[in-house]
Amino acid sequence: MAGENPNFQNTDPPTVLVHRFPTFDFPPGNRLSTQFHLLDPITSPPTSPVLLHSIRALLCIGPVPVTPETLNRLPSLQIIVGSSAGVDHIDLTECSRRNIAVTNAGSAFSEDTADYAVALLFGVLRRLPAGDRYVRDGFWPVNGDFPLGFKLGAKRVGILGLGSIGSEVAKRLAAFGCSIAYFSRKKKTSVLFPYYENAIDLAANSDVLIVCCALNDETHHIVNKDVMVALGKEGVIINVGRGPLVDEKQLVEFLVRGELGGAGLDVFENEPNVPKELLERDNVVLSPHCSVATPESFEALQDVIIANLKAFFSNKPLVSPVQKD
Amino acid sequence: MNQTGKEKNPNLKKISGIKMKSIGVLMTCPMHKYLEQQLETHFNLFKLWHCNSSITEFLKTHQGNTIRAVVGDTNIGADAELIASFPNLEIVASYSVGLDKIDLRKCEEKGIRVANTPDVLTDDVADLAIGLILGVLRRICASDEYVRIGKWKDADFGLATKFSGKSVGIVGLGRIGTAIAKRAEAFGCSISYFSRSQKPFANYKFYSNIIDLATSCQILIVACALTEETRHIINREVIDALGPKGILINIGRGAHVDETELVSALLEGRLGGAGLDVYENEPEVPEELLGLGNVVLQPHVGSDTVETSDAMADLVISNLKAHFSNKPLLTPVI
Repeated sequence: MAGENPNFQNTDPPTVLVHRFPTFDFPPGNRLSTQFHLLDPITSPPTSPVLLHSIRALLCIGPVPVTPETLNRLPSLQIIVGSSAGVDHIDLTECSRRNIAVTNAGSAFSEDTADYAVALLFGVLRRLPAGDRYVRDGFWPVNGDFPLGFKLGAKRVGILGLGSIGSEVAKRLAAFGCSIAYFSRKKKTSVLFPYYENAIDLAANSDVLIVCCALNDETHHIVNKDVMVALGKEGVIINVGRGPLVDEKQLVEFLVRGELGGAGLDVFENEPNVPKELLERDNVVLSPHCSVATPESFEALQDVIIANLKAFFSNKPLVSPVQKD
Repeated sequence: MNQTGKEKNPNLKKISGIKMKSIGVLMTCPMHKYLEQQLETHFNLFKLWHCNSSITEFLKTHQGNTIRAVVGDTNIGADAELIASFPNLEIVASYSVGLDKIDLRKCEEKGIRVANTPDVLTDDVADLAIGLILGVLRRICASDEYVRIGKWKDADFGLATKFSGKSVGIVGLGRIGTAIAKRAEAFGCSISYFSRSQKPFANYKFYSNIIDLATSCQILIVACALTEETRHIINREVIDALGPKGILINIGRGAHVDETELVSALLEGRLGGAGLDVYENEPEVPEELLGLGNVVLQPHVGSDTVETSDAMADLVISNLKAHFSNKPLLTPVI
């Protein structure tokens, strides 16, 4: 096996170039640095451009863009290993054109993200953060009972994107008694939940929309004004995908006008900026893009990254390749 | 209301309606507007809180023998004093499933019927147990606050803890405990429980000793009824067994937990966190908890949804109507 791969010597781990924002890095002591020779231009600028020319693998830490310019500097690049489920920051068309494989976090984050979607929904319908504030601010003895929330199981849940994350969301909410329907690029033949061919029809037949699809050209602002109208005045939108999946400006206007029941948002169009109109509202739950910020997800991510890199360097099938379609 | 009666005699409903309207019903506190309206529509409703919630004061201006039914809740039920004050009391219909505020022995002695609201609130309370777990482990209350006060612009929020796959221990595998288990299973959790006796149809690991349960699980949920035996069932020993990484969730009654021990365990780091909907002296919440980041506090909202509150109210009304039409109670306790 070692003989097949000229890069992999008995004691020298393969070299992987790290691509990241200066402020964004994996925690120190991670397992990647023991398994691979991580070359980080931010901490150790390469002394010679020839070194970059021989790089075959790029580890993308965080949502740092990978553009044609990035790729031009790495003529030998054959794989980009992403550290997130979303790869909208990577120019997949260019990668495909240059035969560069791209991998993402696979299902490393699916459970945590699905848990978080349920947490946000619970926060909106049962008003968990608002109730917690009510107690902490001392209102309970003074103002009496807290206003009523809404029963989760009474809601029809529409899932936008029934991939790994969407499936886990469906499994959890079905146990709460919610009825589940979905919209996806293609109908899933093995799935028994009702399928809708577009987001508007899904919204028209749902009380809650959970956005967990990938962000690409087709899905930008997939939750737009028409979808919000179809969802209705009591409707709730939960977004654990990417900010630009939802037309944020419209969302704010609908919420302010009382034409939407509520929203639970972990992502925004211009993070870390959050529209100020949302900051005072009790019918929204806001979250600083932390749906996968758990040690468990980070361990699972390292497993996926290591598995993908090992597979690449031993010419084996990749664990979580992203298909450009 | 009385379908059979309506078919036999179209006037019977009208007569029964007038008769019912004269029946004195005492509501102990303002529990739900819809319930209040329904009671006012169907019966001769008296509101105890108009007399400072004092039976003594009520009796100064009302005849005790006018009251034939009491609608109580988790705040004010029907204790011995109340029962003794109303000699014509026939039924206590509780706007709750919990019966700890009702002197059941006295009711039995005097032949007073008791009804509660099981099943209709099971889902909401079970949902809240999971919601509290997610709140504590995933820190959604703290992260919501973080965004609202503008801290995200300065720095990322920091790590939370995963829920899926954790081990869950349930104290009391009744209706609510079973519903909690079903939900936790969807999150890939392993389920174990402690109960008075093993449940033959439950496919979960049974512990006959609550300390063993607490030792074995990461998340301990109190879901049993409050009785003499279960008062302070969560004591220092159980809390220590649960440990510094353990989470306690209480959707039962405040008195299930030795609150003083709970507070000191949290302050000293002997317990990892807590999600509480109930407290020993509601609406008072121990001040020490108000500043902690590893707790989620709710103001006893277990069944407080529009849907369930209305369903509970309908059940209370149905039980009262059934009783006064000499029909079987829908959800009798006694």
